[in-house]
Amino acid sequence: MTRLRTSVGLLAIVYVAAATAGFLAPYDPAEQNRRYPFAPPVKVHVLDAAGSIHRRPFVYELRPRPGTFDEYDEDRERPLEIRFFVRGTPYRLAGVVPSTLHLFGVEGSRRVFLMGTDEYGRDVLSRLLHGAGISLGAGLLAAAAAVSLGLVIGSIAGYYGGASDMLAMRAAELVMAVPSLYLLLALRAALPLHLAPADAFVLLVAVVGAVGWARPALLVRAVVSTVRTRDFVVAARSSGASDVHILARHVLPQAAGVALTQFALLVPQCVLAEVTLSFFGLGVSEPAPSWGTMLADLQRFHILAAAYWWLFLPAIAIVAVFLLYYSITDALHQRLMLRS
Amino acid sequence: MRPIRLLLVRALYSAFVLAAVSVLLFAALGAAPGDFLTDLRLNPQISPVTLERLRERYALDDPVPVQYARWAASVFRGEFGYSLLYNRPVAPLLRERAANTLLLTVISTVVAWVLAVPIGALTARRRGTWVDRLVAVVVTVLIALPDLLIALVLLLIAIQVGGLPTGGMVSPGHEAMPVAARAFDLLSHLAMPVVALALLLSPVVIRHVRATLIEALDAPFIQAARAKGADDRRLVYRHALRASATPIAALLGVSIASLLSASLAVEAVMSWPGIGPLLLEAIHARDVHLVVGAALASTCFLLAGNLVADGLVLFVDPRTRA
Repeated sequence: MTRLRTSVGLLAIVYVAAATAGFLAPYDPAEQNRRYPFAPPVKVHVLDAAGSIHRRPFVYELRPRPGTFDEYDEDRERPLEIRFFVRGTPYRLAGVVPSTLHLFGVEGSRRVFLMGTDEYGRDVLSRLLHGAGISLGAGLLAAAAAVSLGLVIGSIAGYYGGASDMLAMRAAELVMAVPSLYLLLALRAALPLHLAPADAFVLLVAVVGAVGWARPALLVRAVVSTVRTRDFVVAARSSGASDVHILARHVLPQAAGVALTQFALLVPQCVLAEVTLSFFGLGVSEPAPSWGTMLADLQRFHILAAAYWWLFLPAIAIVAVFLLYYSITDALHQRLMLRS
Repeated sequence: MRPIRLLLVRALYSAFVLAAVSVLLFAALGAAPGDFLTDLRLNPQISPVTLERLRERYALDDPVPVQYARWAASVFRGEFGYSLLYNRPVAPLLRERAANTLLLTVISTVVAWVLAVPIGALTARRRGTWVDRLVAVVVTVLIALPDLLIALVLLLIAIQVGGLPTGGMVSPGHEAMPVAARAFDLLSHLAMPVVALALLLSPVVIRHVRATLIEALDAPFIQAARAKGADDRRLVYRHALRASATPIAALLGVSIASLLSASLAVEAVMSWPGIGPLLLEAIHARDVHLVVGAALASTCFLLAGNLVADGLVLFVDPRTRA
């Protein structure tokens, strides 16, 4: 129980961070600082060179080391104080409220890269936060679409049986007969190659949802078809309740546990689907950040070989989110087992 | 008599599934905007007249059912359509790539199971000890690691450590090498993708083996054997493992779909010339027949794999043969 609560709480924090990315992130995710490619994460200091404590934490401005393109020295002459609640690049909070307030930043046009930069000098922290909105958002919506579709198809098949059951189950079998990643890519091939970020988001959700509905549908059908003949359903029917009423009030609540577990199981898979598509250049396209497009940079040999470890941060974020989801699935599963 | 009839039914069912999948894919891809020639239009060196002639030659403007009928006819000729990207029939292309995917997946599966079953058995035997807990933590983390990431990290390690090839299936000049050197060359290229796939597959197997063994160890006949004085090792490896062979073998069938998906990711990152990279290429080039062919090939693998897994269950569990 506590584990379930902790995991849900931590996940909620992640989602809130993704939704308020514009405020938490210091810069625009597409802003390039061509003077600082592959800058490593900066060190935050509180003691200055003379050894005295500063009131505010500060960083030293980076100075490209002459003769290199990805090595930097701290410029001890130029400390940059980190200030909180500063005005900066305009953005829309959660995509709606326009604002220019950022959680932190440094004075003027100087830049602080807490988690380093990528090859165009884009702030990895800002991209990570904005990318969370796209990757996690797409995963959540796609899983919701898949489970809703599964609920509708599964309950119709299980409740009415006969031809509709036959048709739905054969369709589910077909979807599951193709390995999921192959199916995902093949369906993706039916869409235009180059998509505007907003379209890409919606279409990705649709494609991933279309691949994911089969298993929830099978499980919901199994529950519904057994509940259908139970006394309380027969009683409801004999007292004249409509099919829709019986399904909504008496049958589907029985399938809620299965649907919820499937949802928790599907979300990480759907996040991974988005990440994989974007990784292969078939999802959200540059310069919009997604955890997949960020990881895609690592496919280029010279970037991977240079082992800029901060470019692996989106991967660490993915693993952390997955662990939280698996712990939720586990806890939900145990509760279901205990109840039955 | 019986197994043969069973096999026939399965083959018919498989053919039906493949046909249905091909219809679905054609319907979806037929509705797609743009085709193989769309990108060529941007090339100033190709005149609109040439493009028009190519369109006619490839019959890209025919209605989807007509295109499907033409494709189906080519299936019966054993060609599975024509790849515009490679300018040759799809079937021979798929055969080469499918063989490479098969080689990689079969070896990885064997490696994963050979590693995972003893580890699973060990954790079942030492339930609750530090070994069990350590393995549980490692397994949980491995399950949460996306296939792309494992492939990338292993590739990075291969680059940093050196000594192992960092992609592809053979070195340049492979054909000219003596047989032993050729085998060694292939093996060294196999190492990284196999390790990646084994790391992806084994956690699920370890968990499953542990869970089924623990269930089996609670059975009365095990208690009887224990009461008779059989030692722990004999109990687990001889009695419990034998008793839970059926559910363990059944996992093989269930895990094939995820094996193929993981293989696609590993193949793409480590540039292993399997079906996965071929599908990606085909999508980027809008080569419809190749997309359908690659998806169907993976479906074939899944169906065949399930058949093998079912056969394995029949083999290890005589009760299912009735």
